[in-house]
Amino acid sequence: MSDIKTIDARDTFCPGPLMELITYMKQADVGDVLELLSTDEGSGADVPEWVTKVGHELLSNEQIDGVWHIKIRKTK
Amino acid sequence: MRILIVGGGTGGTILANNLARRLSAEIRSRKVHITMLSDSDKHMYQPGLLYVAFGQMTPDQLYRDQKSLLEQSVDFHVDPAVEFQIDKERVVTKSGETYDYDILVIATGSRIVPEQIPGMTEGAETFYTEESALKMFRKLRSIEEGTVAVVVGVPHKCPIAPVELIFSLHDYFKARGVRDKINIKYHYPIGRIHTIENVAKWAKPEFDRMGIEYETLFNVKEVDSENNIVRSEEGTETAYDMLIAIPPHSGMEVIEKSNLGAGGWIPTDRHQLTMNGHDNVYVLGDTTNLPVSKTGSAAHFEAEVVAENIASIIKIGTPVRDYDGKVYCFIETGHDSATHAMFDYKNPPDLKPSSRPMHWFKMAYNQMYWTSVRGLL
Repeated sequence: MSDIKTIDARDTFCPGPLMELITYMKQADVGDVLELLSTDEGSGADVPEWVTKVGHELLSNEQIDGVWHIKIRKTK
Repeated sequence: MRILIVGGGTGGTILANNLARRLSAEIRSRKVHITMLSDSDKHMYQPGLLYVAFGQMTPDQLYRDQKSLLEQSVDFHVDPAVEFQIDKERVVTKSGETYDYDILVIATGSRIVPEQIPGMTEGAETFYTEESALKMFRKLRSIEEGTVAVVVGVPHKCPIAPVELIFSLHDYFKARGVRDKINIKYHYPIGRIHTIENVAKWAKPEFDRMGIEYETLFNVKEVDSENNIVRSEEGTETAYDMLIAIPPHSGMEVIEKSNLGAGGWIPTDRHQLTMNGHDNVYVLGDTTNLPVSKTGSAAHFEAEVVAENIASIIKIGTPVRDYDGKVYCFIETGHDSATHAMFDYKNPPDLKPSSRPMHWFKMAYNQMYWTSVRGLL
């Protein structure tokens, strides 16, 4: 299993957590797991919505001490 | 103390001038030497490209001689870096020279990479270079009817540009008397029409007022320029008569080749702006991997922090300031009005209604930039 790459998008309004995730997803290889950290309250819903629509795999989505930890596997 | 600045864009130039003034006594007594390396003897005001694309500026208005913008004490060379040897504290340039340093600042910026999207180079207009902005203008002047589609690559420089583009298209076609025959369709990568929530909330009723069609969660996968269709990673497609792309961006090749950061973005401390693991290497502007807008504004505020910290390290042995994520953006809302947004790591922007005076201020800033980049404003 490849290493998990963490994307620290806490405290960012622009480009914002989902844009950061899309940037790093483009750089990743199929099968890679990325963990997005976000303090944007909307990320808990916005990120899974995009992941589902584009067809990647949502592995986990939880909020710990005000920070969303969202793990995604790149599938294509 | 040898300070080497690689990159002569907004960040590098403001930093060099700011440092040269703060350290003027040390430079005169030869305790400090500031060198700048750049790939061009010209400095471009990049926000002006959007005006070129609408026939409101000509390309010659975008440039100044780089040397003329720098303090005389800055040792300037047009000789781009081809390799960073961080472990040896050395930079190798295209001419074959090597530059040793005590403090290095990397401000090499970003570049458009439309070739990452199949068909985008051939099929889409853009305004991120002088040539492409002129080509886009010629197309805008000739189109009489049909669908003008706007797509947005990720990541991209100037995150407000897609919204400004829409306002400008609406006003331009209206002025030409063809707006009622042209459908403008906007596509955006995430689930709202701009990444900043407050900008999205503000822009949505504006788009509705102008009759802009929009599709969100649209990441460009490919452009079929034979059939004039653009397709998304999410499985949708749009037929167009004219396609305008905000192209995806990447960091510079020399950064990747020197193994400083994937994608050409260097892992950077978000407050000290030092390269992770290297306290004597600073990173500015687009070159960082920070979750901060890739804009001249961010580079400007970062440069001021880095200049103050390098100077204070030389004078008192310690940095004195943290970068707080500050960014300021003008937002043109057509050809005669504008608003603005300011935010940092902790505080989101609070958008005000657009106004003519703010547009005039932006017009004035287009000239004031040359004062700003000299480090005087």
